[in-house]
Amino acid sequence: MTCEQLHHVSLIVNGVERSAAVPARTLLSDFLRHELGLFGTHVGCEQGVCGACTVLIGGRLARSCTTFAVQVQGEEIRTVEGLANGDELHPIQESFRRCHGLQCGFCTPGFLMATEALLSENDDPSDSEIRDFLSGNVCRCTGYVGIVASVKDAALRARGVNGSDQ
Amino acid sequence: MKPESFSFYVAESTQHALDILAQEGDDSKILAGGQSLIPLMNFRLARPAALVDVCHIPGSERITVDNAGVRFRCSVRHRDALHSNEVNAVAPLVGQALKWVGHEAIRSRGTLCGSTAHADPAAELPAVWLALGAEMVISGPHGERHVPAESFFKSFFTTDLNADEMLTEIRVPPAPDPSLRRTAFQEIARRHGDFAIVGAAVVIDLDGSGRIAAARVSALGAGEVPMRLRSAEAMLVGSPLDDQELLENVEAEVRKSVQPPGDSHASARYRKKVTGTLVRRSLAECAETPSTYEGML
Ligand code: FES
Ligand code: FES
Repeated sequence: MTCEQLHHVSLIVNGVERSAAVPARTLLSDFLRHELGLFGTHVGCEQGVCGACTVLIGGRLARSCTTFAVQVQGEEIRTVEGLANGDELHPIQESFRRCHGLQCGFCTPGFLMATEALLSENDDPSDSEIRDFLSGNVCRCTGYVGIVASVKDAALRARGVNGSDQ
Repeated sequence: MKPESFSFYVAESTQHALDILAQEGDDSKILAGGQSLIPLMNFRLARPAALVDVCHIPGSERITVDNAGVRFRCSVRHRDALHSNEVNAVAPLVGQALKWVGHEAIRSRGTLCGSTAHADPAAELPAVWLALGAEMVISGPHGERHVPAESFFKSFFTTDLNADEMLTEIRVPPAPDPSLRRTAFQEIARRHGDFAIVGAAVVIDLDGSGRIAAARVSALGAGEVPMRLRSAEAMLVGSPLDDQELLENVEAEVRKSVQPPGDSHASARYRKKVTGTLVRRSLAECAETPSTYEGML
């Protein structure tokens, strides 16, 4: 095996600067998992189809398996590990727990990040808006009914909190 | 699977990107959003020896809207074009089609120029460029050349681009009168966001009396490249948009004129039939909706 050239990649992951030297072909998903030990981002299909590896890059929803780490040098990345506050679940995670938005949990990190992105731009999505937005994420367990209910619940609570703040 | 190794460069300018392509030779490739290329590399269906990332070229993410129409520079992302009020006002067809492209997570990274240069026969944008009469701006070692969309797409995943060139910009000419323009995009896919089985894009320019002054109709998935349906276009000119008999005749003509391939997703017969239906539906949609431009006034 020839020695591959390494690139120094430095990212802000969940608010913390993290870096590693990796070959250019390292996918962001592998960078997060293997270099940084952040195993919350799951890898299903590795071809951009299932959505399990979905993270936020610069605040935008993206597939980490169809992005090379070297492409996002210096960017802010949010992964599922950035949601909970210590032992306290993020409100979206709490809604998924309460409304049976997961069974095996393999797809869940992707759904949580997609829900976070959806609710940040639309705090009252309809069922069809939810289904449309989440159409890039595949779940083999739930049949999606619990997931849609979880997103609705999370939206409701987010609006409630905002309401009482104002 | 994992991609094979490659050398990676970040281009600082178009010239820099071209220099790297020249130096690395035929096995080098431009990398924009990577949403088509990286899955192929993960499967090792594509094994470029070098990639040149063009997303950091200053100004490459710019969309310009002025009297000359709309210009999309090389790293404009699907999502930015979809949410651009300016683009939606003067070239609503782009947004009408982008809604069908992949999913949110794909659109936030995928680029217009990237998917255009990739030239998947089932992709939405190539058909849109045909219907809008767009022009491809190609930079190469001998300078810049401009190629109309119609001569840009050559075959499956093959365009007029040479290995030492890059697509730097897509230009959409302005409508003669935006308030008299109607556009629509329709497609059939297994699931929303999947690749289209077939699709149609329609651009109609009306005259002051409500008759069709000019029509451009294109189809995707109906051949190895997106194509204009000229016989259908010719039938439309001079008639009002809501002529039901005309729409039925146009549908029949489209079915007759396209020669789509059949594959595991849909038979050739099905594609033929549905292309006709989608063209009719697009025309009906044009008849119903005022242009976005009018809606904004
Ligand atoms: S693992 Fe990235 S989309 Fe499936
Ligand atoms: S919970 Fe098992 S795949 Fe979604």
